[in-house]
Amino acid sequence: MRREVASFHVDLTSYVDADGTATADLPAFASDPAELATMYRAMMLTRTFDAKAVALQRTGRLGTFASSLGQEAVAVGIGAAMAPDDVFVPSFREHGAMFMRGVEPGELLLYWGGDERGSDYARQRHDFPICVPIGTQAAHAVGVALAFALRGLPRAALCTFGDGATSRGDVYESMNFAGVRRLPVVFVANNNQWAISVPRRTQSAAETLAQKAIAAGITGEQVDGNDVIAMRAVIAAALDRARSGGGPTLVEALTYRLTDHTTADDASRYRSDDEVSEHWKADPVGRLRDFMVARGWWGREQEEHLHADCTAAIEQAVRRYEAYVPMPASSMFDHLYAVLPHAYERQRDELVAGERSGG
Amino acid sequence: MGERLTLVEAVRLAIGRAMADDDAVVVLGEDVGANGGVFRATDGLAARFGSGRVIDTPISESMFVGVAVGLATQGFRPIVEYQFMGFLYPGLDQLANHASRLRNRTRGRLSCPMVVRAPYGGGVHAPEHHSESFEAMVAHIPGLRVVIPSSPAKAYGLLLAAIADPDPVVFLEPKRMYRSTREEIDDDGEALPLDRCFTVRHGDDLTLVTWGASTIETLAAADALAAEGVTADVIDIATIKPLDIDTILHSVERTGRCVIVHEAPRTGGVGAEIAAALAGEGLTSLLAPVARVTGYDTVMPLFRNEHHYLPGTDRVLAAAHRSLEYA
Repeated sequence: MRREVASFHVDLTSYVDADGTATADLPAFASDPAELATMYRAMMLTRTFDAKAVALQRTGRLGTFASSLGQEAVAVGIGAAMAPDDVFVPSFREHGAMFMRGVEPGELLLYWGGDERGSDYARQRHDFPICVPIGTQAAHAVGVALAFALRGLPRAALCTFGDGATSRGDVYESMNFAGVRRLPVVFVANNNQWAISVPRRTQSAAETLAQKAIAAGITGEQVDGNDVIAMRAVIAAALDRARSGGGPTLVEALTYRLTDHTTADDASRYRSDDEVSEHWKADPVGRLRDFMVARGWWGREQEEHLHADCTAAIEQAVRRYEAYVPMPASSMFDHLYAVLPHAYERQRDELVAGERSGG
Repeated sequence: MGERLTLVEAVRLAIGRAMADDDAVVVLGEDVGANGGVFRATDGLAARFGSGRVIDTPISESMFVGVAVGLATQGFRPIVEYQFMGFLYPGLDQLANHASRLRNRTRGRLSCPMVVRAPYGGGVHAPEHHSESFEAMVAHIPGLRVVIPSSPAKAYGLLLAAIADPDPVVFLEPKRMYRSTREEIDDDGEALPLDRCFTVRHGDDLTLVTWGASTIETLAAADALAAEGVTADVIDIATIKPLDIDTILHSVERTGRCVIVHEAPRTGGVGAEIAAALAGEGLTSLLAPVARVTGYDTVMPLFRNEHHYLPGTDRVLAAAHRSLEYA
């Protein structure tokens, strides 16, 4: 005898289509023009930052940089949904959320400019810094969530990673343990369709990435990651569920990387301009603008003012970044341990002596 | 008066003491709860402190080290138990890329006070992957401490120090010694230093340097030498990283001869680091070439032949005799 013992489904949430037209009953915040203007500004600031950072890299003033062009709604939806007390555990393509949580654009330039001080955020002290080893940060978020659960705190951890990271055991192991203990954590897969040059369809035979949650016994769902209203609503609901004992969620945000993986990449080697052009039609920034314009909440004057405002903010960040004098060479020893062991004092002294003698 | 305890009992005593003294100390790993750990190092702790502080994890070594990183950033002091060092590799990613670097990466904003415990070494007739010694591999990672006790009392004091330390510590327990000896231990909460060698025997003619379970054969060799009228300093380095090279240099200044003994393969072993330091800073004191008695650069053989691999007293003694032949 064979009978079905379990069945599953995966939902996709969207509120606003690519033309900026509402396709469903909207969440309450979407009828507040000020709320939407705040999110729109955050997306525009992120886009301005990305363009400037790429330009700085091209002119030798910044190291390798990963732009989030086209994925601004993923980060900004997260940033708008998270509470200040929650802990954000990012990957490296979510500056929009980091800015909303108090990280300064100049600090991120400092990080990508090769200086550890760029992860010592002046106004955001508890979020994690950028994480480069793919998917490894998922376990950190689970550890943070375990800490909240052990202390009975109504806080949640949220981590982001790319579609590529869902191929890693770290992500599954983390979801699995979080599921066992029903920890207050939200995993967000920023599915921009490309793991550098490997397209989504050759990363996994799974129909959706969201369904990877099912094996871990946690909620998995998709959201239109280019619809910032849907992003915010879905993430806010997942965070509420997490904080109130409802367990973890994996949210697969469907989006598209409109530019190279990083400034060290050349996407024209593996995908066509036609494909990229097609995805510009779903641009998240233009979508929210169209939505607001259609309601009479946004116009040319505001748009021009916002462009000027974002450009000025980023120019100021660049000035701050470029004003940083490099740390002394011995700084590499400063935070290696809480107190530098005697055995390494000699190495530091060697370095300092060499620095003084110009060696 | 303290109880006479085995090394594994001393480990358990230290963990229990630390958990009783500090609510932030939690234990996580495979089978650490009701089962008390595969070597019983956490026996009774779940009953005493509850499943919230003694946490059974799935078999996910990378994950549970990463979870410890997350916990540590929130003010917890996690103690992660590995069942065997041979299974450390998946968690090396988290140790090398995060636990050891988060303080530096954030200029001190976030840090990882945590202990990763792992039984290591051969001599207990265990299956494949259960007998290796790769302390040098973890000692190569900047930002970590690597500690190896060689007696119950050292296990107690060094583990308390490791738990209290503000940085990540890899604590390797020589499982061949888990139940081989007993030592009287006062549960006084006294920690031992994490940056000091222990001179466990004093002599004038030769310096024997070792750590972990190899102290057994090294001390036996020192006994045999004493019967021949030769006295040896025996140094248990205990803290592999950072290495207290000064104690070794001072000893060799007096004796002029040094034999280093370790189970791990020779190439790139911690013995090579000590020999290099002696060549660099102690050359004028040396009366004989520095000798290394080590495991071979081979795969650790399955247990029928592991006694051929592990440095025995005879090999230590032969190396000491060769060293003493130099005038």
